[in-house]
Amino acid sequence: MKITREEVEHVARLSRLALDEAEIEALTGQMDTLLGYVEKLDQLDTEGIVPTAHAVPMENAFRPDDVKPSIGLERALQNAPHSEEGCFVVPKVIE
Amino acid sequence: MHPRYEVVIGLEVHVQLTTKTKIFCGCSTAFGQQPNSQTCPVCLGLPGALPVFNRQVAEYAIRAGLATNCQIAPRSIFARKNYFYPDLPKGYQISQFELPICEHGWLDIDKQDGERKRIGITRIHMEEDAGKLLHDGSRGSRVDLNRACTPLLEVVSEPDMSSADEAIEYLKQLHQIVVYLGICDGNLEEGSFRCDANVSLRPFGQTKLGTRAELKNINSFRFVKQAIEYEVERQADLLGDGGTVVQETRLFDADSGLTLSMRGKEEAHDYRYFPDPDLVPLVVDENWIEEVRAALPELPEAKRQRYIEQFELPEYDAGVLSAERALAEYFEALVGLHDQPKVCSNWVMGEVLRALKENEVAISDCPLPPALLAGLLKRIDDNTISNKIAKKVFEAMWQSGDEADTIIEKQGLKQVTDTGAIETLIDEVLKANPQQVADYRGGKEKLIGFFVGQVMQKSRGKANPGVVNQLLKQKLAG
Repeated sequence: MKITREEVEHVARLSRLALDEAEIEALTGQMDTLLGYVEKLDQLDTEGIVPTAHAVPMENAFRPDDVKPSIGLERALQNAPHSEEGCFVVPKVIE
Repeated sequence: MHPRYEVVIGLEVHVQLTTKTKIFCGCSTAFGQQPNSQTCPVCLGLPGALPVFNRQVAEYAIRAGLATNCQIAPRSIFARKNYFYPDLPKGYQISQFELPICEHGWLDIDKQDGERKRIGITRIHMEEDAGKLLHDGSRGSRVDLNRACTPLLEVVSEPDMSSADEAIEYLKQLHQIVVYLGICDGNLEEGSFRCDANVSLRPFGQTKLGTRAELKNINSFRFVKQAIEYEVERQADLLGDGGTVVQETRLFDADSGLTLSMRGKEEAHDYRYFPDPDLVPLVVDENWIEEVRAALPELPEAKRQRYIEQFELPEYDAGVLSAERALAEYFEALVGLHDQPKVCSNWVMGEVLRALKENEVAISDCPLPPALLAGLLKRIDDNTISNKIAKKVFEAMWQSGDEADTIIEKQGLKQVTDTGAIETLIDEVLKANPQQVADYRGGKEKLIGFFVGQVMQKSRGKANPGVVNQLLKQKLAG
């Protein structure tokens, strides 16, 4: 096995995913297959090859430091389930 | 700093950059605006929005790197640092991980004992700031995303400092540099320059580092000192009692001066960094680096040295005058107009700094420009007024903004150098004080000060003290 059940549970927790028993079982198998497939790359000699940082052979996509209008408070908060006095409201994060 | 343990301190400083716009979108970075009014799909983390890098941020990062003796990476990439917290709408922060823009730098600090010490700078990387959480809402926590996506440099030092004082020296120097470079406003209270300190102890002679605690939430140099000193004592007590230090984040509480464990935030610091597929690599060639290098201002340390050598100023003066760029520029402009560096230094460090402090004015808003002050110094130099009267004139100039000559003329402060007029005053004084004259002639030569004072008073400060002194001695001798 390339991946353990504990690792799947850990990654699920980091991703805030609630998985039931059957899903953990199924995903462990699937992720194991995926990793096994990717492992084929180990057969290649990558000595001296710069790791790819981006799929498109491009660099230095810049924007000048010029202010663009923001979208406005109303539109910014439009999708928020809860808001108060111009702020997003989320469950309290400190006691 | 501690008798039994060697203290090991490394610092992480977040420097907020003074760009007009955010690092990956065109929203304004102005401070103190209405919450969430400076947001757009990119900094709100809306699906499908794409970041585009602000070139000015790279420019500023290169400046900081060159000024701290770093190597500038020819190619650096942005990475995602993944974690969930409501101040970070995307669920990840765009930062740099494996290939930061600057590495392997250093700063030299002056230790308390006068020795120099080199503090290594591991790396400087660019990243976006998170939003602000406000916990005063009635129902939950409020989120303001105006600050989200504003550009930061994170400057990471080597664990090279071994006392709170060394840490402060390093921080002050770094602060001075980024403000000089014009890339940060340096405002600690508004969070433009934030410091986290990693503190650990180890028995003397041990090479392996001890377990460290990371101190956060320290927003003044004084608090950095307090927090580190408290933490050193806490860890020493723990170790002394046979306990162990837990690797954790501790918050500094300014009211109590203690550091407190941040329970619960320790879970899974597993950031799963990976290259951000939304951003292409940043390539910096030699031309760009040289362009930035050529435009760098003279840095405080170099200025200090130059003041000592070129202007022959005492080390203390050179340090004070070079500490702030605007002050140094004021001083240099003044010396340019009045070629007596030590006199200029005395006036800037004395009257100018005093008046600025009393009136709570920044040097950049000084109501008395160098040209006006130079006009005043000329009148001392050519004996039109005495140093003492000059301070009076200075006050009046500060209030009115008038030229020195105008005030000297208007208030009739021109110094009396005419020996005839001064002799008359002296005769009056000697006549009025026969006992003192007899005492002086009997050997109490210290009384000369008394006579000079009397004559100066009679002239209402306008007599030239040198001339008074000389004439008095002649008359008393005769």
